[in-house]
Amino acid sequence: MSISVAMTVNGKAVSGKVEARTLLVQFLREHLGMTGTHVGCDTSQCGACVVDVDGKSVKSCTILAVQAEGSKVITIEGLAESPDKLHPMQEAFRENHALQCGFCTPGMVMSAIDMVKRHNYQLDEATVRRELEGNLCRCTGYHNIVKAILAAAPAMKSAGV
Amino acid sequence: MYDFAYHRPKSVADAVKLLKDKPEARAISGGMTLIPTLKQRLARPSDVVDLGAVKELSGIKLEGTNVVIGGMTKHAEVATSADVKAAIPALAHLAGHIGDPQVRNRGTIGGSVANNDPAADYPGAVVALNATVTTNTRKIAADEFFKGLFETALADGELITSISFPKAEKAAYMKFPNPASRYAMVGVFVAKTAAGVRVAVTGAGPCVFRVKAMEDALAKNFSSAAIKDITIPADGLNSDIHGSAEYRAHLVGVMARRAVDAANK
Repeated sequence: MSISVAMTVNGKAVSGKVEARTLLVQFLREHLGMTGTHVGCDTSQCGACVVDVDGKSVKSCTILAVQAEGSKVITIEGLAESPDKLHPMQEAFRENHALQCGFCTPGMVMSAIDMVKRHNYQLDEATVRRELEGNLCRCTGYHNIVKAILAAAPAMKSAGV
Repeated sequence: MYDFAYHRPKSVADAVKLLKDKPEARAISGGMTLIPTLKQRLARPSDVVDLGAVKELSGIKLEGTNVVIGGMTKHAEVATSADVKAAIPALAHLAGHIGDPQVRNRGTIGGSVANNDPAADYPGAVVALNATVTTNTRKIAADEFFKGLFETALADGELITSISFPKAEKAAYMKFPNPASRYAMVGVFVAKTAAGVRVAVTGAGPCVFRVKAMEDALAKNFSSAAIKDITIPADGLNSDIHGSAEYRAHLVGVMARRAVDAANK
């Protein structure tokens, strides 16, 4: 069954025809060609597909595209101000070498930004580690990811993002 | 995932009508269980009725000393609700430890309770707090609601509209989470309410159950020492790669004592 779906992705109105069973991540990647959001496990465990839907961090492999009808979606592609100016969280990941193969990184960055905002820019290491329970890094590079998130929290606050 | 017809009703009445008109229809609330089930082709509904636009099903309110939580209320909302934290902090704690932050942003209390996964957390709270499940047609007492493995008293086309939790004098939930999924290997919810003391165990068996011996002992003396010698038989408990029935039986005692200690803090 073909259904029309319309939403806002990274501030831009988008629409398309999908099947009822089309996942949001498939809509983003295959219909819109936005392949920054990754599919890791496809079982809502690894968090590589995390995006922001109406201000809430969600796993885009476990929400239908039609369920996001009319929503405001933000993906990894929507974070940087310009190709030269990364979001403070992306910058912190770069500075702290918070990635190895990079596959989990889009989801890590999206979850990390949500985490910082929910904790009002104040995080400690134990909180960051607990809050990352929905994101898996199979290179097991968590140490630098935690460092990056702790560094990004004050940077996001001073940048007002 | 097989394809299906998708519906997005705006009221409970419209949702119920769709579910009744289409015998192979399934309701979807947060979808944290249904979508993975569909992906594995373990279910093949003809129609999926999305409750996401039914506004009347969401929200938390106080009615007398009870906290009433709408069926579509997300785990994250329960975990951070000032009303829930003030009236029944153990319930907010439970909600805040389901799955991970992204799952808590989508998963709902009604979906979890209606699904009655043996390792779900909420059934423990519903039974221990002697909550009442309200559907579009009736009110169901906690003890009458959970019938067995993934089985509840809900009839076809019956939707949970809200769940009413009596305020607890003392309550705590302790779970031993599976380290990968965060589902309860064993979770014990202990509550002392106006109705008495209740001990509800989730994760250990095919369905949430009460431990009468612990309840009687705690009614006389609400301390972990009062239940230290009470063991529960391993017969009929879950046994899988994560733990044997004997291990789970042992964990019930440990989690119950920790819950009582936490409730007394």
